[in-house]
Parts: sequence; structure tokens; C-alpha cells
Amino acid sequence: MCLGVPGKIIEILEGPGLRMANVDFGGVIRQVCIETLPDAQVGDYTIVHAGYALNKLSEEEAQETLSILREMGEYED
Amino acid sequence: MDFTSSFRDPKIVANLIQKIKKTITRPWVIMEICGGQTHAIMHYGLDQLLPPEIELVHGPGCPVCVTSLELVDKALAIAAHPDVIFTSYGDMLRVPGSKDDLFNLRARGASIQVVYSPLDAVQIAQANPDRQVVFFAIGFETTAPANLAALAQARALNLDNFTLLVSHVCVPPAMHAILGSPNNRVQGFLAAGHVCAVMGFWEYHPIAELYKIPITVTGFEPVDLLNGILLTLQALEKGEAAVQNAYPRVVTEHGNIHAQQLISTYFEPCDRNWRGIGMIPMSGWALRPEFSRFDAEKRFKVEHIQTHESEICISGQILQGIKKPNQCPAFGTICTPQNPLGATMVSSEGACAAYYRYARK
Ligand code: SF4
Repeated sequence: MCLGVPGKIIEILEGPGLRMANVDFGGVIRQVCIETLPDAQVGDYTIVHAGYALNKLSEEEAQETLSILREMGEYED
Repeated sequence: MDFTSSFRDPKIVANLIQKIKKTITRPWVIMEICGGQTHAIMHYGLDQLLPPEIELVHGPGCPVCVTSLELVDKALAIAAHPDVIFTSYGDMLRVPGSKDDLFNLRARGASIQVVYSPLDAVQIAQANPDRQVVFFAIGFETTAPANLAALAQARALNLDNFTLLVSHVCVPPAMHAILGSPNNRVQGFLAAGHVCAVMGFWEYHPIAELYKIPITVTGFEPVDLLNGILLTLQALEKGEAAVQNAYPRVVTEHGNIHAQQLISTYFEPCDRNWRGIGMIPMSGWALRPEFSRFDAEKRFKVEHIQTHESEICISGQILQGIKKPNQCPAFGTICTPQNPLGATMVSSEGACAAYYRYARK
């Protein structure tokens, strides 16, 4: 239920009502509500649940986590 | 970058398993809160890669499983109304009520539509001005912004035929209920990453301190789950009641403040009955009184519902980490996903359904 899917904002849709964006999920484009990401910009990654962007997704943090965990094996044994 | 495959990297998974094996010196019981995590653990077989000293128990974080029988019966009563188009996330359709479920009710002719996003329910309301459209607003903190965005949209469109049947529940009060129980076995928590995406994890510091228990914010991919388990294990072995974040690409200490503002505009805390578990004080959200015109319980006057729960089902004990699905005598015999006796056998994130699907006998 609390599934969240990562995607990339490729277009912010102007219009009345809620702030919406087109988000690219590995080639599949869907409309997503970005109402509570007021500073989201094209090119940002986000994590989407039930058609709603929960929060931004930090590529920098992702790379850092991965590099720490990759190195974990190398300095041991 | 590819945020999915990078966090399934077999090399990193192997590193983490090795590190966990080196760190562990004695048995520990760790609970993953979220049903999505339970599902991922079973799907990737992580429980079978871990050393036997680590026992993972499965938490109450499946909204489909804990939505009270009373609310399921209310949903059935409302959906049976000829004027109503009832809309819901798909998983709720097979959840057993006292006598019926939404799936069967739909087969008998009721208008019940599955939506992917609650904003789709608003579109249905817009397209059907002569019908009452009700959305079954279930969920934890993760789902609240989406459900409330639908309400905000309906207000902006001046729709008077759109209401919510609200069944929102919150994680921290459930953690208190589990840890405060005399039967508690849980020694460490993997906190639900997407709940924390919205709410942050500042609320967990006092819980960790009070119960002397480590809590690690954890994501959903194999690398995320194993990293969450490793950080929890390291804290357990050192005797530290640490709150740690193993999902920093999505979660910050304070979460999404704008989403929290949306929630506090529309919702206020309320007592909630959790299916199988019972009443947990101030463990849910209900619409604030000024928005009661959007409250389906008020519009359809379904206050007086008599409920009847299956006597066999032990899902309450499973949701609190006291028992495992395979300890239920009905598991896989008279209770299956095709014929579920309890809600935990319905949702793919329910512990019983996950055990059944991935054959953990
Ligand atoms: S196997 Fe069925 S009856 Fe037993 S606890 Fe799970 S849902 Fe309830």
C-alpha cells in the first residue's frame, strides 16, 4: 500500500487547481500531483505514491549510500 | 540514474549479508513496520539469506489489514446505496466484512470502482453530478497527502457530490501499543520509509528513548532493507537506542513540511479501532469538524452498524508480532487468498498473504 515509485519530473503542467507534473517512470509517463513540492523543477527526481509526489529523491544521497555500501566489502577480510 | 536496479545490486547485497553475519553475536527480534517491506522481504527471500539469529516479525503497517471491521461494514452499507458510486484502492474489495465484501457487492450490481489515485475519484464525481461519489480514504501517513489532495481538488471544483470515508491510521501510536504490551517481543524496529518521507523521523526519538529500542528508517529495495537491518543490529549489539536513517535519499529528519501542513489543515487526531488489535488512543486521523460536509459517515448516517468478526482469525496477534501466520490453524487450509477469513490474507502486503504466496510453511 505504501509503495513509492521513483520517477523524474520532465514537465511541470501549468493550469488552475493542484500543481501537476509529467513524471517519467523509466519510459512510462504519468501525470502526478506535486502540490506539496512547491520548489520542484524539471529534472528533479521524486518518489510517487498513488499519483502523488511524496518528497524529492536525492541523487546525491543515493550515490553516497551506494558508494559506502560498495566499499564495505573491500576493506575487510 | 536507475534508483531501482542500483539498490538491488547483488554485490552490495552480498557485502551486507556478510557484514550482518560478522556483527551478530546472539538472537534478536526485529520488526519491519510496513507491509510493503514484509512483501519485499518475502519476495527477495531476504529472510532466508539472513543468519538464523535474526527473527523478522511483521508489523501492523498494512492499512488494508487494520481498517476496522466497522468501517468495512460502513463501506458496504454506503456502497449498496443506489445513488452512490463507491471508489476505492483495489485491495479493499476483497476484505471480508461481517457478512459480505465489496467485490461480491459489486458482482451483485453495486457501482464500485477501483481507482489508482484518489484524484481519479474526483474526476468520476465531476463526470457524474447526479450521483454521490464516495472515496474510501484508507491509509497511513504516506497516503494522507494523496487522499487530501483529492479533497482539496473537490473543494476547488465546488463539488457537493464527493465525500470521503476516512479510515486513516498513524504509525507512532501503534509502535507505542506494541512496545507497551506485556507480550511484546520486538527489540528493534525498521521504520516505514515512505511514512517518514512525509512525516520525517523526529517523532521516533522519544519512542527509542522511552523503550530503549533502536529504530532505523528503512526503504524497500533489498539493499535498503539489509542496510536497515545492519544498522539496527549494530545498535542492538552495542546496546544503543539509536534512531538512524538508512533511506536518506528520500527521508529527512522533518519530512515534507508542506504535506504535513496539508494534513493538519484537514485532519485532526482521533481514537481508532485497528482490526484485530483493538482501540489505540489517538492513533488515527479524522476530518476536522469544519469539513464534515465531506465526511461520508455523516452524509450517509451509518453510525449504527453491528459487526461480527471471524472467531478463528489470529491476525491481531500477527500484526503485533506475537505470532506468525503459519501458527494460525486456518492458514492455507480454510483461509487462503481466494477465500480469506481475515484481512491479512487479502492484501499482498498482509503477512498471511505474503507467507502463502511465497510458501513460508
Ligand atoms: S491465516 Fe487467515 S485466519 Fe489465520 S490469521 Fe491469517 S487471515 Fe486470519
